[in-house]
Order: sequence, then structure tokens, then C-alpha cells
Amino acid sequence: MTAVAFDANRPWRLHERVALRPEPFGALAYHYGNRRLTFLRSPDLVTLVESLNDQPSARAAFDAAGLDAKRWPSFEKALTSLAAGDFLVLENAA
Amino acid sequence: MTALTDQLAEGLNSPICLTWEWTYACDLACVHCLSSSGRRDPNELSTEQMKAVVDQLAEMQVFYVNIGGGEPMLRPDFFEIVEYCVEKGVGVKFSTNGGRINAENAKRLASMDYVDIQISLDGVDAITNDAVRGEGTYERVRTAMDHLRDANFGQFKLSVVMTRENVEQVDAYEALAAEYGAELRLTRFRPSGRGIDTWHELHPTQAQQIELYNWLLARPQVLTGDSFFHLSALGEPLPGLNLCGAGRVVCLIDPVGDVYACPFVLHDNFKAGSIHGEGGFAAVWQSSDLFTELREPTNPGACGSCGSYDACGGGCMATKFFTGLPLDAPDPECVFGHGETALAELEANGGAIRPTVSVDHSKPVGVGKKRIPVSIL
Repeated sequence: MTAVAFDANRPWRLHERVALRPEPFGALAYHYGNRRLTFLRSPDLVTLVESLNDQPSARAAFDAAGLDAKRWPSFEKALTSLAAGDFLVLENAA
Repeated sequence: MTALTDQLAEGLNSPICLTWEWTYACDLACVHCLSSSGRRDPNELSTEQMKAVVDQLAEMQVFYVNIGGGEPMLRPDFFEIVEYCVEKGVGVKFSTNGGRINAENAKRLASMDYVDIQISLDGVDAITNDAVRGEGTYERVRTAMDHLRDANFGQFKLSVVMTRENVEQVDAYEALAAEYGAELRLTRFRPSGRGIDTWHELHPTQAQQIELYNWLLARPQVLTGDSFFHLSALGEPLPGLNLCGAGRVVCLIDPVGDVYACPFVLHDNFKAGSIHGEGGFAAVWQSSDLFTELREPTNPGACGSCGSYDACGGGCMATKFFTGLPLDAPDPECVFGHGETALAELEANGGAIRPTVSVDHSKPVGVGKKRIPVSIL
């Protein structure tokens, strides 16, 4: 499966084969499909990623999580990298 | 170190890279075997005990385990436990010498989800490989690789321990892996197990290591198990965490259930506990005295004045220990030659006292497969 480029205006969710494990720095994410392991480097990022499913777009999730707008670019960067690794997929993706 | 590696050094709720050796039994007697394997230990875990460990790993959300040995496929319950792991959501990556990968087993493995295979080959020709792994093993591994390809297993890993004799064959390894659609995995030779004796003659030279560093830097897709972090002192870091993960992100469960800080330190000094103790593996990982100590900031010792300490962290604990160096000495393969100087000083002061392994399951000499001796004094 080819990963879709991240766009904060679209609805995203965690890939169904991705598991998150809480860790002191945030969480470890493991993708059982492509066997990739990645680090979610802050608890805020973990909360954000977990909330994506309930929001109409990533941007709406930033807002709902009460994240300072100044920090949005860094979260957007993190989500872009997660989408590139197929950890995040579009809401309606199979 | 980055903020992330600082945090990793303080330990995690569960290991990232858990090696679990399933048996000390092996039909080979490789001269560099990190676990001195050969004979099965009578106290190896039973099928039920193995499953209880899997249950606990699943509960701790250990995403996958690296299965090794010995030769794990020699366990009669090998497939039963692999299937149990997969059922519990614990992925399996196992290392094998390939001897049991016949057409039937290759098909069975190909039909399973979450199973990755690392097949060991230590030379791109029979002469180089068989000198390390034993007579006839080159042909045997190639046959196993053919079976995996014929069974459409998909991408397996071709795993090579870098030695003085094979490190210059890396291009040929890359081509061989590509021919099978396999991933190439190169790892560092540590002086562990039977390697305590053979390492001194067989580890890559300084010049070879520098070439290897440049080769790896140009090929981030080549897997290394993060094992060459001592080379990152040369400049640009190699891909990976670049830290000694012992007891922090890595540990080992041996075939009798003892837990060690990493797969390369099968020695009482680095034994943290046993899965048979109260609280099982989780208790050892989370609160053993040894692991707690390993998660404290390390003392740079002799490396304190070196500008590259942040890049290499002083190198590999196991490699220092089994060459007789103190743990705060430079890595014996320090790219600036500080380790060689430290070893030479030990020799000048009456000779290095090299620890021996606390557990040796090597077959008695003269029994089993022919072992090609490496000349060592």
C-alpha cells in the first residue's frame, strides 16, 4: 500500500495494524503490517494521534486538543512523518 | 545524545528489542557463537513455561521478539510456540542456521503472519563461510534460501557477522541478498561466547572498519541491529539509536529463563534475574538491581576528554568486558585507536585477564560437526 501525503485538512486515523505502547517520553508505535517502529516523542502527540479518529480533520484535532497554534507546525511535521510510514491513514481508507 | 536517547537511556516500560533464546542445542559449532551453544540444557523451559512467558510479553505489549539460540528450530515445539506468539500479537523474528528449512517447513513459515526470518551466512563463498560456521554449511544455507524463495516466503533477512575475512565481501553480499529479494543485515562481531577466544584474530581491522562505516553510511537500507554505533564517532551518525541499549531498550531471556542485560553478556555479572522469580520477566525488566543501575547515567571514564563521546557513548559494554577492559574504558575498536592502546597497556602490565562465559554448552571437542580451528595463541 502506498502512503498518502499528509494534508491537515483531511480526516486521519491510526492504521488498524498499528499498536501504541505508553512510555515515559510519550509512546512507541509499532506497525504490524510493515514492521516499522517509531517514537511518538511527547505525551501531547500521543493524545493528538489518539483523538484523530473522532475529528473531521487533523486541524480540528489540533484545536480540540487545545494545542497552542505556535506548536501546530511541529505536530504537523510529526503527523506527516507518521503518514509517510503508513502509521496514519485517511478515515475512509480500507 | 538527543533528548530522546537520553530518555531511552533511563529505560522503558518494556524492552524494544528483546532477544529470547529458545535452546542451547545446535547442530553447528560456529567459532564466533555468542552463546557457546551446542548441547541442550536439561533445564530449558517447557512448552507450558514458554507459553507463560509469551502471555506476559503480550501483556507488556512487547511488539515482537527476536528468537535465537542455539538453533531454535531444533525445539520439537518450535512451530507450536511460534504460532502461539503470533496468536497473542507478539511478532516473531527468528535467527536460524537454515538447517531445518526444508521445502515443507519453508511453506509452513510462508503461510504465517508476523514471522520474519534471519538466516545466517558468514561468507559469500564456501571457503570463507565454512571456516566460521563449519564444513558444508554454505551449501546448506543456500539450499535453505532456495526453499524460502520457492515457497514465496517473501523478504527474509540475510544476516552476516562482520569479520576480518568477510568484511571486504560486502558488495557481493548485497548482490546475493538482491538476487533473493532479501534484506541484508550486517552485525558487529563481539568477543562473546566462543568469540571470546576467536575475536582477537577475526575482528575487522581498523582500516576495514572505517571502510565499512562509509559503506553503511551510503546504504541506510542495510540493517545493522544498531550494532556499529561505536563507528559513529567518525562523524555523521549511522542510522539507529546509537547507544548501548543493554538493560535500557534491550535484554535477553536465555533458554533456562535467566534474564541478561543483552545477548552478548552471558555472564553472571550481567544476569539481572530469572523469569521463574516472583513477578516473572516484567519484575526483572522493571525493577532488577542490575537494570536499575544500567539506566543510571554512565561515567565516561577514560573517554571523558574525547570530543566524540556523545557520538559513541564509549562503545559496547560487552566488547570491553570480554576483552578484559574496565567498563569505563574506550571500546576495543575505538575508531581513534584509544581501545587498542588500552588493550596494549593491559598486555604490558602482565596481560589482560579475560572473563570466561558463565554458561558454556559447547559440545566436547571431537564430538559433533567438524569445527575448523582458527589458529589462536
